[in-house]
Amino acid sequence: MTTISISNIEQIKLVIAGHVDHGKSTMIGRIMQDTGKLHDDKIALLKAISKRRGMPLEWAFALDAMRAEREQGITIQTTQVFIRTATKSYVIIDVPGHKEFINNMISGAASADAAILLVDAKEGVQDQTRVHGYILHWLGFDSVLVVINKMDLVNYSKNRFDEITIQVNKHLEKMGIIPTDILPVSALYGDGLVHKSQNMPWFTGHTLMSSLETVLPKPMPMELPLRLPIQDIYTFDERRIIVGRIESGKLKVGDTLMFAPSNAITKIRSIEAWGTNLPVLAASSGQCVGITLEDHIFLERGFLASHNTDPALQTYFFRARIFWLADTPLELGRRYKLKLTTIERIVEVYKIEKVIDVFDLSEHSTSRIERNMIGEVVLHARAVLSLDEFTFNPRLGRFVLFDGYDIVAGGLVFTDKLQELGLTSSQSLQQISTVGSYVTIDNRWRANGHKSGILWLTGLSGSGKSTLALALENILFRKGWQVFVLDGDNIRSGLSADLGYSPADRYENIRRVGEIASLFANAGVLVITSFISPYRSDRARARALIPTLFHEIYVNASLDTCKKRDPKGLYKKANKGEIIEFTGISSPYEIPASPELEVNTCKQSINQSIEKMLSYIQEKFSIESDK
Amino acid sequence: MDHLDCIEAHSIYILREAFNKFNRLVMLWSLGKDSNVMLWLAKKAFFGHVPCPVLFCDTGKKFPEMYSFQKKYTREWDLDFIRRECPPIEEIDPALPPSVRSASRKTEALKRLIDELELQAVVVGIRRDEESTRAKERVFSPRGENAEWDFRDQPPEFWDHFRTELLPGTHIRIHPLLHWTELDVWLYIQRESIPLVPLYFARDGKRYRSLGDMDITKPVNSKADTVEKIITELLTTKVAERTGRMMDHETEDAFEMLRSVGYM
Repeated sequence: MTTISISNIEQIKLVIAGHVDHGKSTMIGRIMQDTGKLHDDKIALLKAISKRRGMPLEWAFALDAMRAEREQGITIQTTQVFIRTATKSYVIIDVPGHKEFINNMISGAASADAAILLVDAKEGVQDQTRVHGYILHWLGFDSVLVVINKMDLVNYSKNRFDEITIQVNKHLEKMGIIPTDILPVSALYGDGLVHKSQNMPWFTGHTLMSSLETVLPKPMPMELPLRLPIQDIYTFDERRIIVGRIESGKLKVGDTLMFAPSNAITKIRSIEAWGTNLPVLAASSGQCVGITLEDHIFLERGFLASHNTDPALQTYFFRARIFWLADTPLELGRRYKLKLTTIERIVEVYKIEKVIDVFDLSEHSTSRIERNMIGEVVLHARAVLSLDEFTFNPRLGRFVLFDGYDIVAGGLVFTDKLQELGLTSSQSLQQISTVGSYVTIDNRWRANGHKSGILWLTGLSGSGKSTLALALENILFRKGWQVFVLDGDNIRSGLSADLGYSPADRYENIRRVGEIASLFANAGVLVITSFISPYRSDRARARALIPTLFHEIYVNASLDTCKKRDPKGLYKKANKGEIIEFTGISSPYEIPASPELEVNTCKQSINQSIEKMLSYIQEKFSIESDK
Repeated sequence: MDHLDCIEAHSIYILREAFNKFNRLVMLWSLGKDSNVMLWLAKKAFFGHVPCPVLFCDTGKKFPEMYSFQKKYTREWDLDFIRRECPPIEEIDPALPPSVRSASRKTEALKRLIDELELQAVVVGIRRDEESTRAKERVFSPRGENAEWDFRDQPPEFWDHFRTELLPGTHIRIHPLLHWTELDVWLYIQRESIPLVPLYFARDGKRYRSLGDMDITKPVNSKADTVEKIITELLTTKVAERTGRMMDHETEDAFEMLRSVGYM
C-alpha cells in the first residue's frame, strides 16, 4: 500500500436531502454499516441505546448523536460522516428534514459536490421534499440522484416505484433539475444500498453505491479569470506578504495584477511558502497563497486581485436571488452587511422584484421576504463592489448578508436587466467600470503623502469640537497636509441655507455633511467635521457612505461643563425656552457606542486632546515609507 | 491539488480568518497528533511563525513522553508557550461520572484563562470524524458566557463565511481540522514528516491511538510501529479512534455533557 494511491483518491461531498422522517439518517447509518465503517463498539452502543428506548436497531443513532435528537427521533443539527470504498472517498452530509432547521440544512448542503434527494415510497413528494429540492436548485445543482426509500413498506412494489418516479420527475422538471438516476431502496434492511436487493428482482439498475461511482467532485475553476481576494497582509519579517485564496484561475511570478477597488496595478515579485526548498513559481484555484509585489501599493483585506486584462465587474448595483434565513423579514430600504469572499460592504435593499413560492414555484410581487423564502432583489452598495455573475463564476457570484451578529441570507449575483430598472448610466456597470480608473484614490494619497478620510467629531454643544477641529487643521496644514474643516459656519451658510432646525431638517443637514465629507475624502483630503450630530442613526448613515475611511471621534464633556462654558450663550437661551429641541436640554444626545477614538475635554486640557488626536492621525493616515 | 493539498488549503484559510478577525486568541496544544498537525499548518499559514500564544492545559497526569516532547518543540518551533495547571479534582462538580469529572478539569482551566486574558477565540484541533457530537460542530463555533455549547442553535455557516461577531462575555471556538479524518492526519504526518510523541507507535503489542491523561487513557492492541504501518492498520481496523478514552464511554451522553459545558 503506497501513500500515493491513498491520498490520490478523490473525495466527494454528498448531501442527502428530503422530507423529515423519510429516512436520511437511517440510510447513512446503514451505508456506514454495510461499508464496514461502523466500528465494533459503535454497533454495540447503537444496540444498547436502541434497546433502552424499546426500539429495533436504529441506524440513524449513528448520526443523531445528541440526546435531544434521539429522544425526538429527528435530526436537528447537520453532521458529516466519512466513508471510503476501494476507489473513492465520500463525505456524506446529513441534514435535518424538519422545516424548523432549514438554516442547518443549508449549512450542510452548501459545500456538497452532489446531492441525493430522498423520497419515502409511501408518502411520496412532501413539503420539505419540495423545499429541499428548491434549495438544491438555488445552490446551483442542476442534477440530483433520486432515491425512493422505504420500499419495504410498499411490498417492494414496482408499480408504486413507477408512480413515485413520475411524481418526482414532474416536480424536478419544473425547476430544471435532471435526475441522474432513480433508485428503489430500503435503508432499514439495506436493500439496494451497497448490495443488490433480493426483494426487487424487477429492478436491474444500479445500487446506490455503484451509482455514486460515476459522481465527480466539482472541478476547480482553473480556466476562469484569476480572482484573488485579499485575506490579509503579513509583515512578520522583512517581507510584506499579501495572502488570499485563489478562488478561480491561476497566477505566476511576473504576472501583472490589478487590485480593485483602487485599480492600482503592479507585478508579482514572488510566491512565498514555508517548508519547501524549491521556489514556487505558479499557483492556481483552491490554493491559499502568499505573494509579494514589485511596488508598495496601498492594499487591505477585501481588495480583489485580477489580471489587468480580465478584471471582475465593478458596480454599485446588482440583482440577487436570495434565500432568507431570519425571523425578521427582509424589507425595502433596509441595510445589511454583505460579505462576498473577503469583501465586505453595506448594502441597501433597493428593490424587491418578486418572491418565489417554493411549494408550487409560482412567483408573486411582495414588499417583504419572510423566513425560508426565496426572492429576487436589487441591492445597492454604498461603495463600489467587485464581483462576477454567479452563472459565470460561482465563487465570486455568491454572498451572505449579516444583520448585526447574524447571517440572515445567502444570495447569488445576477447582473442582467439592470437597465430595465431605470438605473441611470452613472450607476450602471459599464459606466462604473471605466470611470475612476485613471486617477485612483491610491494615486492621490501618494501624491499628497498621506491617506485621506473623515474625522467625524461628535459631542455636545460646547464640548470643544470646533476648537479641536480648527487647531488640528492649522497644525496639519502647516505640515503640508491636505486638510479641511466642515462645520456649521461653512455648511449652514450655503449648502444647507434652505434648512432650519426641525428634526427632519437636522437629518437632511447631516446627510449633506456626510455626502460632502465623503466627496472630500475621495478627493484625497483629510476632512474634519464638527457637528453635534446627536443621533447614532445619522452618524451610522454617514459612516456607511465610506466605511473604511470613516473615523468617529467622540468629544466627551459633561453637560454641566458645557453649560458652564456656553461659548455662544446657547444653553442660556435654551433654558429660557428661546431655542426648542436643543441637544442636551430638550432633545437627546446619543453617546457613540464604539467610536474609533474618544477625547475627554473635562479631564484633559485642549492641548492633551490635540496630542491624542494627532497621534491617532499619525497612526491611521500616514503612508508606510517605500523601501 | 490532491486530497491532502485541498484539506490543507482549507485549514490554512480558516487559520488566517481566525488571525485576521481576533486579536486575543490562543491555540490549544494538547501535545497529541492533531494539535501538532494544527501547529504545523499554522507555520504554513503564517510563513514559519505561530503568531499567537499556544496553550497547554496541564492536568499533571500526562505521560512523561508528552512533557519531554513539549519542552523540546516549544523551543524548536519558537512557540509563545502558556502552561496552565488544571484545578484539582475537588473543585469539579462531584455529581459527574468519574472520568468525565476528571476531564472537566481541563475545561475549567481553559475557562479561567479565557476570563483572565479576555480571550475572544480559542483554536482547537478537533475533528468531525473522531466523535459524533464533534461531527455536529461548526468551524467557528460560538460559546456562551460560561463557555457552553448549544448544538441546536448554531449560526448558519456556508461558503466559508463564518460568524465572527462576538456578543459581550462570549468567545468562539475555531476548528481548523474539523474536516480531517484520522487517516488524513496520518497521511499528512507522513508527507510532511511531522514529529510526534513516541507513544503512538507500538511497543510490546500496544500503542496509543489517542492521548490524554495517564489514568483515563488506555492503549489499543497493535503492531504498528511506523507511520506507514499505522496507515495500513487504519485502512482495515474495526476499532474506534477514541476507544481508549474512558470519559467518552461512561454513559450514553457522557461526551455530550462534557462538550455542552465547554469541553473541547
